[in-house]
Amino acid sequence: MTQQTQQAPVPPPAQVSEGARGRGRPFSRVWGAAAYPATFLALVVVVWFAVTTTGLVQPYIIPSPVDTWKAFSDNPEYLWTHTLVTTGETVAGFVIASVVGVLVAVFMVYSPALEKTFYPLILFAQVIPKIAIAPLFVVWLGFGASPKILVAVLMAFFPVVISGISGLRSVDPELLELTSTMGASPFKTFLKVRLPAALPELLSGLKVAATLAVTGAVVGEFVGANSGLGYVILQANGNIDTAMLFAALIIMSALGVLLFAIIQVAEMLLIPWHASRRNRG
Amino acid sequence: MFARTADRAQDGAGAGSPQPQGPMVDIHGVDVTFQTKDRTVHALSGIDMTIEPGEFLSIAGPSGCGKSTLLRVIAGLTATSAGGVTLRGAPVEGPRRDVGFVFQRAALLDWRNARDNILFQAEMRGLPKAWSRKRADELIEMTGLTGFEKAMPFELSGGMQQRVSLCRALLHEPDVLLMDEPFGALDALTRENMNVELRRIWEATGMTVVLVTHSVAEAVYLASRAVVMGPRPGRVIEEFVIDLPGHREYETTLENPEFQRISGRIRELLGSTATTTAD
Repeated sequence: MTQQTQQAPVPPPAQVSEGARGRGRPFSRVWGAAAYPATFLALVVVVWFAVTTTGLVQPYIIPSPVDTWKAFSDNPEYLWTHTLVTTGETVAGFVIASVVGVLVAVFMVYSPALEKTFYPLILFAQVIPKIAIAPLFVVWLGFGASPKILVAVLMAFFPVVISGISGLRSVDPELLELTSTMGASPFKTFLKVRLPAALPELLSGLKVAATLAVTGAVVGEFVGANSGLGYVILQANGNIDTAMLFAALIIMSALGVLLFAIIQVAEMLLIPWHASRRNRG
Repeated sequence: MFARTADRAQDGAGAGSPQPQGPMVDIHGVDVTFQTKDRTVHALSGIDMTIEPGEFLSIAGPSGCGKSTLLRVIAGLTATSAGGVTLRGAPVEGPRRDVGFVFQRAALLDWRNARDNILFQAEMRGLPKAWSRKRADELIEMTGLTGFEKAMPFELSGGMQQRVSLCRALLHEPDVLLMDEPFGALDALTRENMNVELRRIWEATGMTVVLVTHSVAEAVYLASRAVVMGPRPGRVIEEFVIDLPGHREYETTLENPEFQRISGRIRELLGSTATTTAD
C-alpha cells in the first residue's frame, strides 16, 4: 500500500465519490424517503373512504375524507389563522427550549456541581404531567400566548438537555488531551471539538423536541385559549363537528412533521460525515 | 524534503528558541501511583532516563508496565507522584505545547478532511496560515498522503488515518514526537510499511522520537536505543543501544545478526516478566 502510493500517487476519486454519494442531493433524498409513507398514507385514505362511504361507521364518529376536505375548503381563513397561532407558539417554545437546553447542557458538562444540583430538578420537572400544571400557568400568565409557549418549552426542553449532555460527553478523550498539548483555550476547544462532536446526538434530541413542542402548545391551548388549533379542536368537539376536528388534527401532525423535516435537512447539511447519515442509501 | 534546521519558522511555530545544551528529555526519579477503587497501583517506580536530541528511543514492555504512562508523563498529561521531567531544560508542569503526540487510535476530527485535520494543530495554536498550509503540504507529500487531502476520515484506511495523525503531530515542528503504540491497531503488512515510512522520515529529519510499542521488531528496527520495561511496579529492566546501520532496509535489517541478537534478548526479557508477573 505504502509503496503503491509512493510510486504512483493515484488520486482516489472512485473511493471518495463512493463515500460522497451518501452526502449528495439532500432534497431529492427527502423526496425518496417520503415516497414510502406517502404510498401507505394513500392506502389508509382508501380504506378510510371505503369504511365511511359504505355506512359502516357513522359520520359523527369518523367523518368521510370528503367531509374532512370540506372542513378545509369551507373554512380556509379560520383554519389558517388558528394554525398560525399554534405555529408561532410551537416555534417560540422550540427555539427557547433549544437555546436554554443547549446552554444548560454545556454548563452541566463543564460543572459537575451544577449537574448534581440541577439534574434531579430537571428530571422532576420532566415527570410532572404537563397537562396537570398547564392550568397553573394560565393562572400565572393569563390567556395569551405565554402560558402555551411555556408548556411547549417545558416539553421540548428535556430531550435537548439529555441529548446535549450525552453529545458533549461523546468526545474522544484522547482528542481532548491532544488539544491540551496544543495550548488552545477551553472556548476554542469547545467550539472546534466538543460542539461539532455533540451535533449528531444534539440533532436527534432536537427532532424529538420539535414534535413535543407541538404537543406542548396544543396542551396549553386546551387549558384556556380563544385561538389556536387546540381551541379549534375544543370548539369542534363541542359542536360534534368531527370533520373539523379531523382537519385540525391533520394540520397539527403536518406541523410536527414539517418541523421534524426541517431539522432532518439541517442534519444532512451539518453532519454529512456522521455514520447515521452515511449509511443510508 | 525538509530538514530540521535553523531556518525553521521562528514566527511562533514550535518552541522556536535556540537548542539548549544537554539532553532533550531528562527524567529523574519519577514515581507515579494511581488510586483505584480498592488499591494503589504503582504505575512507575524510580525511572531515570535521558533522551538526547535527535535520538529515536523505543520503549518496549508487556501490558501494564507503565510505558504509556511514562510517555504521558513526558507530555505533561499525567502528573508524577515523585521526581520530575525536564523537556529542553524546562520542567514539565502540565500539558506541554512543544511535543507532538500520536495515539494508538488516530483520533481525527470526523467532520474534517485529511488536510484540515492536519491543519487543526495550526488552528488551535494560532500559527500563521500561509506557513501552516505550506508545512501541511510538505508533510502530506512526505507521508504519502498526496491525493487524499480532501478525503474524510471515514474514507481512509487505518494506515492512512494514522498518517494524517502523524502529520498533525509534526505540523508545529515539535521538539519531541511522542508515539503511543501508533501502529498497534493496524494489520501486520500495513504496520511494516508504516515502520519503513517512519524510519525514513526520522532519517530525513533527525527529530527526537519516543515510541512506545509492544512489538519487539518495531522497537529494534526503528530505534537508535531501546528500553525494556517490566510491570508492577513499572520500571526499566534493561537498555540496548542498537548499533545498526543508519539507513535500514527492512528485510536486510531483520536478517542482521545484531538485530536478531537484541530482539532475542528483548523477547527473553518480556517472556520472563510476563510469566512471573501475570495476574
